[in-house]
Amino acid sequence: MPTLKTLVVDDEPGIRLGIRRILSKYVANLPDMEEEVEFDVDLAENAEDALEKINVHRPDLLILDYKLPSMSGLELLEKVRTADHEMVTIMITAYASLNTAVSAIKRGAFDFLAKPFEPDDLRKTVFKAIQNLFLARQIRQLEQEKKQVRFQFISVLGHELKAPINAIEGYLNIMEERVAGNDISAYEEMIRRSLLRIQGMRKMIADLLDLTRLESGQKKREISQQNIVKIAKNAIETVQPSADKRSIKINLSADEPVLMQCDPGEIEIVFNNLLTNAVKYNKDNGSVDFDIHRENEQIIITVSDTGIGMTEEECKRLFQEFGRIKNPKTREIPGSGLGLSILKKIADLYDGCIKVESQPDVGSTFTVTLRSAE
Amino acid sequence: MNKEPKTILVVDDDIDFLIQTETVLKAQGFNVVKAESQSEAEELLKKIQPDLAILDLMMEHFDGGFALAYHIKKINPDLPVIICSAVTSETGMKFDASTKEERSWIKADLFLSKPIRHEQLLREIKRLLGLD
Repeated sequence: MPTLKTLVVDDEPGIRLGIRRILSKYVANLPDMEEEVEFDVDLAENAEDALEKINVHRPDLLILDYKLPSMSGLELLEKVRTADHEMVTIMITAYASLNTAVSAIKRGAFDFLAKPFEPDDLRKTVFKAIQNLFLARQIRQLEQEKKQVRFQFISVLGHELKAPINAIEGYLNIMEERVAGNDISAYEEMIRRSLLRIQGMRKMIADLLDLTRLESGQKKREISQQNIVKIAKNAIETVQPSADKRSIKINLSADEPVLMQCDPGEIEIVFNNLLTNAVKYNKDNGSVDFDIHRENEQIIITVSDTGIGMTEEECKRLFQEFGRIKNPKTREIPGSGLGLSILKKIADLYDGCIKVESQPDVGSTFTVTLRSAE
Repeated sequence: MNKEPKTILVVDDDIDFLIQTETVLKAQGFNVVKAESQSEAEELLKKIQPDLAILDLMMEHFDGGFALAYHIKKINPDLPVIICSAVTSETGMKFDASTKEERSWIKADLFLSKPIRHEQLLREIKRLLGLD
């Protein structure tokens, strides 16, 4: 059970001890947060004593008398407000005027309690105050976690962008120093690899922009009724040239039409991603089976290839950002490691999911299940 | 180099590092044998006897280079081994093979941080092979 460090500041011993007696026996039950909170109560009889205790013990809850001998409660509040820790304050006052209440709250008090008060008034006020405190802390923790995820993403991104630059720089250094002689043909492989790394980097930047747009929610979604088979045919046309180059056949089988409430741009990204992968990771003379059909409320999209496939372990890593599978079979295939993260984000927008089944050297099947957008 | 060329084994899952290192070493008259993974290198070592090995630290397993270095030193304790890695520049984690204690668990003669300068690599190779 969490214990809340509480400091009661009042020059009247009766009030100090009274509050301590009440709170020591009180267990606050915060149902929303599934927490029961106990109070560990410390006392101070003047502002100086209070300031020192606040600095040393950093209480969570401060119950402060408005009128103290050498410094008013308001002045004290002003001083501790500059401190950087999270504390919730309840002001006690005998002069329960609106003015004092307002100035106390302006200076950072959460609530005030008018003297004389009943134990139950105290408990109620304290309950509200700590509920607020816990909520604020939870929100802060969530923000912290979000920042952490962001930070991790950026540091991986930095690495992923640095790797191709290092490689290209290495090749250029070799060429500058004419390490392999003066004949340009000796450098053909290096030039080819450099261009490939640049291509990969460009793809990564494009995917990154897609991902940022999706995440920020800045791009307005334009939902309308679409026949997604038409979008599928466009996507096939886009990848057809690279499929033809390697004699890969793309077979579409779909009930016509398959109607869906969606943003056509998003569905196009899904189809393009799935088809590009199915061609990229295929073998020459292979094939891609692209199937779209409706099952009740769900639209099921399946893309199977006859490509290099993946091991079970590789499948598990697949959906991590930058979780690109690195092996001799994939090294000549440019990719950003973000494509499937993008797919997953879009599938989430359609209450959907994405699954993969794969066998090394046989091929992979990606199944995306979507529902119409609201 | 005047005598018969020395053979250097280079193991890295980064194909660009392999190509670049091979180019630089070949220009200096070395024989170069490349492997893209720990397992490929282990297979190669059954067939060939390199004079020096350059290993990447993180391959399919995050400490593949250490494991491979251990394997090599078991076959031939006198074979000079250089481990290269970008971990230092990426994580700040530092490795060194300059003290006896470090060499007792890192079975390598030298630890180099990527990116590696070619002159430095050549200098170290010549030193380890006694070619100066």
